[in-house]
Amino acid sequence: MKVGIIVFPGTNCERDTARAIEAVGSQPRLLWHTATEPLSGCDAVVLPGGFAHGDALRAGAIARFSPIMPRVMEFADSGRPVMGICNGFQVLVECGLLPGALLRNDSLQFRAEWVHCRVEAPVWGLQPGAMLRLPVAHGMGNYFPDASVPKPDVVLRYCDAHGRVTPQSNPNGSFDNIAGISNGNVLGLMPHPERAISDVLGSVDGSYVFQALVRELVAA
Amino acid sequence: MIEVRAQSSELAAEYGLKPAEYDRILDMLGREPNDLELALFGAMWSEHCCYKSSRRLLGQLPKEAPQVLVKAGEENAGVVDVGDGWAIAMKIESHNHPSAVEPYQGAATGVGGIVRDIFTMGARPIALLNSLRFGHPDEPRSRYLLARVVAGIGDYGNCLGIPTVGGELFFDDSYRGNPLVNAMCVGLLRQDKLTRSAASGTGNLLLLIGNSTGRDGLHGATFASANLEGEGLDKRPSVQVGSPFLEKLLIEACLELLDRHLLLGLQDLGAAGLTSSSVEAANRASSGVELDVAKVSRSEADMTPLEVMLSESQERMLAVVAPASVDLVRAVLDRWGLRSDVIGRVIEEPLVRVLDGGRACAEVPIAALTEAAPSYDWPAAPAIVRDGKALPRDPLTLLADPNICSRRWVSRQYDQTIQAATAATDDADAALVLLPGGKRAIALCTDGNFRQDDPYLAGALAVAEAARNVSCTGATPIALTNCLNFGSPERPEGAWQLHEAIRGVADAARALGVPVISGNVSLYNESDGGPIRPTPIVGMLGLLDDVAKRCTIAFKHEADTIVLLGPPSGRLDLAMEARVQGVLREAIHRGLIASAHDCSDGGLFVAIAECCLQASRGAAITAALDYFDESPSRVVVSTSNPEALRSLGVAATPLGIVAGQTLSIASICDLSLDQMHAAYDSGLERTLIRNSELGARNP
Repeated sequence: MKVGIIVFPGTNCERDTARAIEAVGSQPRLLWHTATEPLSGCDAVVLPGGFAHGDALRAGAIARFSPIMPRVMEFADSGRPVMGICNGFQVLVECGLLPGALLRNDSLQFRAEWVHCRVEAPVWGLQPGAMLRLPVAHGMGNYFPDASVPKPDVVLRYCDAHGRVTPQSNPNGSFDNIAGISNGNVLGLMPHPERAISDVLGSVDGSYVFQALVRELVAA
Repeated sequence: MIEVRAQSSELAAEYGLKPAEYDRILDMLGREPNDLELALFGAMWSEHCCYKSSRRLLGQLPKEAPQVLVKAGEENAGVVDVGDGWAIAMKIESHNHPSAVEPYQGAATGVGGIVRDIFTMGARPIALLNSLRFGHPDEPRSRYLLARVVAGIGDYGNCLGIPTVGGELFFDDSYRGNPLVNAMCVGLLRQDKLTRSAASGTGNLLLLIGNSTGRDGLHGATFASANLEGEGLDKRPSVQVGSPFLEKLLIEACLELLDRHLLLGLQDLGAAGLTSSSVEAANRASSGVELDVAKVSRSEADMTPLEVMLSESQERMLAVVAPASVDLVRAVLDRWGLRSDVIGRVIEEPLVRVLDGGRACAEVPIAALTEAAPSYDWPAAPAIVRDGKALPRDPLTLLADPNICSRRWVSRQYDQTIQAATAATDDADAALVLLPGGKRAIALCTDGNFRQDDPYLAGALAVAEAARNVSCTGATPIALTNCLNFGSPERPEGAWQLHEAIRGVADAARALGVPVISGNVSLYNESDGGPIRPTPIVGMLGLLDDVAKRCTIAFKHEADTIVLLGPPSGRLDLAMEARVQGVLREAIHRGLIASAHDCSDGGLFVAIAECCLQASRGAAITAALDYFDESPSRVVVSTSNPEALRSLGVAATPLGIVAGQTLSIASICDLSLDQMHAAYDSGLERTLIRNSELGARNP
């Protein structure tokens, strides 16, 4: 399995993401944002975290115009899996592959902490009810839905250590404690699964997300 | 031919030069310097660039050890061998004055500057730490400074993708008009990729990479070396503006260029901009440099050669490139979207020659700007040592005190997990960052005292406590970096404080066997309220061979015995300190103890309470001791095998046991975990929010 990782100027989680993909037995390929050839050599595409183009104007607002993005849109339209993590989620929302918007955190501060998330929808074989402990690190993770389009599947919700969805367990004020959504083969999430792939890092739950991505590849 | 206008020593004073220094310049040049030349001297002879008030004293610091690859003062940062072909570069630096004036940009560019010092060495930055001091948070301006400094540090480091893994924050009235912002960066490199900054090889080209040059930060070096009285706050134009996005591109582009061996030397532009970077690069190679300011891309119109030479515009690097490599270098830079200008070349004569479109406008021997820089031994006289403000002795009030309570309000604004190498240690005494391979780790912390007025003890204790923090994880301290923050050395008590603190750092570093590999001196930290408390800050690096054996502060098991390792009370004895730390590390390696926490501010009470809070476990403490005493060389450990600790060669005093959900200490307290969490967890937040104008307003 080859997983393309899109690298914009300012992306800073591409190495971590590549390591996490290797750890589940797939081959990561870093793809620079100016590439214009089709992504046909990839089985899946990940847009990693960071500050693409310095988050100028708005997180993801410039990245969506990068030369590689029409290829990413084609790839998604062909039904193959696309995952956006943090800044990658912001790019997916800006380019319209996922609905809604990611606003500034309600605290108006950057938030970096470990959170619990509950799997809400059986996307990519994830088990609803499963609890994941993952780190978040973002200034604009406050998801707000677009009422004018069909609702996406809510994949992850912030919850407390007991699985209860509470305002206190929401790090950014997102609507309905949303931490991740999906539109079929396109998935976006604010937490960083690539930073939770071994006990020494604090959690192995991130591997579960990458395993789900690989399962989706096998299924597809 | 250099044009010279009539000069006077009054003009020299504008560049921060004393009359005697001006006379010395006349002697060396054998003529009057022109404006630009005088400005070059002013910048290079500032305390910031030449350490003229501290150079002699710094000679006392132990710099040698087998693991040291690049010694203090040799390059932009010190480097140590950590085994398996890997090395660590690290340095701490102050950005106090800019942060006092414009806290957000001052702190952000402080991070930017120290990060450049690290990747200049060919190292990938893997961790940031900091040490912060402000006036009491009841003051609106202190709260404003804190909020904006933390936001500036966070926004810059987060965008670069470097985890901020540790730091410290204290409040004291002496920092009211002059806060301290010390930033530390740690980088990882293959030893064979170690890069030097020397501008060697006549005919090689000087390539200025990155940001365009504007008037921002003009005279920053001289500004940083003056007092912050009254008009200091009007010096906003002296504060630089940072772009972490541009710096991120610079990191990636420079590391790629170094990896492909396309650069002969690399030097960042920091204080005094192009002047100090080119002069230092030439000095390190015993060569000279010729620069043409007309070739420098500008962000502002009508800049004079002097303004170009002294600009402190951020995110710029000076590379030494062989003429044959320039096209290859530029191709890499173009891909990263970075501007570059060939602005000069290495010349044989050991001098700096500044041209403006081919017309010579300054010519000064390199040695005159560097080796010949003045060095002062200011007369020193002991000052009265007053004790810092005592901490409250009521347990809950103490846990909620702004100087004791949880720093989570700060740390949650810093990305700590990026690069996926930060070991989960809760709030351990030092952070652990995994080395490649994932088995070994480095331990990192910053430490300084905030109530210690005896400068010798402030220096010695900063080293001792930083090493103790690192030892509490099980790691062995292998190198330190230090930032010496003081008031003016031109007052006898100021000079004495500097002397004594350096003596303290040197004694402790020697006693603990830890070399000083880099550092920075920040003097003239004074405001209308007077000088700051003497504040030597230490950044410590430790090495842990097996991260699976790491130790953290949380009590692990019900009914474990809680033991105080080290003398129950007493003054600092460095030989004892070294023994306690050695015993502690041995006990951790042998798996004899389940948790370890350094005992410092707030004494045993705070140390035990923090072990409980991290674990969500209580403790029943029965030993009769002064639980608020702050004696050094003590560590609170928990163990299922207290007998084994008795024979290790240092005092091991049983205190009680891990038990239940309440911390009870005979005759002192009987507190539930909920009560302690309520006081400790949000102590800082409550202090800050109580006054509610936290944000961007500048009172």
